Amino acid sequence: MNSIEKKIVIVGAGPAGLAAAIAAWTDGVRDLIVLEREAQPGGILRQCIHNGFGLHRFGEELTGPEYAQRDIDRARELGIPIQCNTTVLSVEDRRVVCVSREHGMQIFSAGAVILAMGCRERPRGALGTPGTRCAGVYTAGTAQRFVNLEGLMPGRRVVILGSGDIGLIMARRMTLQGAQVLACVEIMPYSSGLNRNIVQCLEDYDIPLYLNHTVVDIEGRERLSGVVVARVDENRRPVPGSEIHFDCDTLLLSVGLIPENELSAAAGVRMSPVTSGPEVDDHLQTSVPGIYACGNVLHVHDLVDFVSEESALAGHAAAAGIRETGTLVKVLDGNGVRGVVPQQVRLGEEPREVRLMFRPAGVYRGACAVARCNGREIARKKALIFTPGEMAVLPLSRETVAAIDGDVTVEMEGI
Amino acid sequence: MEEKLITCINCPMGCRMTVRLEDGEVREVKGNTCRRGDTYARQECTQPLRMVTAVVQVEGRKLPVSVKTRSPIPKEGIARCMRELSQVRVCPPVAAGDVVLRDVCGSGVDVIATRSVE
Repeated sequence: MNSIEKKIVIVGAGPAGLAAAIAAWTDGVRDLIVLEREAQPGGILRQCIHNGFGLHRFGEELTGPEYAQRDIDRARELGIPIQCNTTVLSVEDRRVVCVSREHGMQIFSAGAVILAMGCRERPRGALGTPGTRCAGVYTAGTAQRFVNLEGLMPGRRVVILGSGDIGLIMARRMTLQGAQVLACVEIMPYSSGLNRNIVQCLEDYDIPLYLNHTVVDIEGRERLSGVVVARVDENRRPVPGSEIHFDCDTLLLSVGLIPENELSAAAGVRMSPVTSGPEVDDHLQTSVPGIYACGNVLHVHDLVDFVSEESALAGHAAAAGIRETGTLVKVLDGNGVRGVVPQQVRLGEEPREVRLMFRPAGVYRGACAVARCNGREIARKKALIFTPGEMAVLPLSRETVAAIDGDVTVEMEGI
Repeated sequence: MEEKLITCINCPMGCRMTVRLEDGEVREVKGNTCRRGDTYARQECTQPLRMVTAVVQVEGRKLPVSVKTRSPIPKEGIARCMRELSQVRVCPPVAAGDVVLRDVCGSGVDVIATRSVE
């Protein structure tokens, strides 16, 4: 089968893929294509109808569809080809194999591939919660899709497991749509969601938040009829005798996101066990030259604004061409730091600013994030608070990057 | 005199603030770290405001269209806003920004579409 030559193939037309495409296009690359599995571009933003997107990038609070539309409009204006209803089956040696109803099977032979597939929710199977396999157990995002895109209600009496932002947003959404949300249950002693969502999605509607609790049983034959919630001890094991029973027909799961990297792993890209995304250098190039990764497929973000910013970098890098010269130094997680991205910096040529992104391992007040190279401090950032729920950024200036002469470690000081 | 406890929503600090009110007027805000907290606490104690986002039915279509209040409305109006929106049927085509409901629940605020329908 003949392959179609392209300078750049981008997998995914969510905010990451669109930002990468726009960046590459504005750098002069015309020979590119964006492949999208859904019928329209926009990715997960299409179903996030609540507002709060774009504050950093546009200085205003947009809803998800509005944020997505700005990039879609820009891409259309430029004439960037986006091929929808197209599922990418494999990426191998920069050959992208995909299938669609309209074009059948296609093979693209790409100068560069940008992976921008986003992430998925952890499903019930990943939790090992006992109970029956009845209907009525959904991830919060699936429920969000039903309610916001398809106009369907997945249930009437709801318990939510996990207090991540999607779960909180859905607690409010289901309530406004007429359901009764009985409880939001969180195994940790704190919520990983934003304060804003705790207040505006739970407290506004008197929905109780059970911290240090989890679901220990799921009941129901055909349809869910109830769940049992119990308190957990400091080892997160259920405490006998603390069970609370809820009569409900729906259980929503909001228990974490995982980058969707089946394609990346099969492409032979080296993966990070910490972020569950590919390891990349400061140009977001993976361990396979010419394959780049950006957005939630690289590491799960909290804000789409940062996805757009990061992905533009991947687009520019892919447009500039593969870099293989220069020494790679590692960027390592130190004390109190998890999942620094990029994991490598390529030295030589023209140094430029590098933004190190990571998650604090705990809640730290009045601490400093510090980067060290060969025992020398090269960057420092103080904040009133660092929390795992908010990605931290430690920028390294051009001059700092120019002076790097060995592996860099990022750690928290004063914790 | 009355005291209210408010959690600030402006940043991850989530300052727990105590607001002292007399005859419905704010006398003192304590526990905030910055000015944004003070402003938020005063607003929240006197007239809490919320954006409302939802979907409304589209005439002759299976799928609904997403909408939002153009600006925040008083919190106590949310339930009425939702009831009014459940009665709305918009006729396509709809452009993002089109008004789908004027002056929702007497707030003076319009509800607008956040996506287009061809």
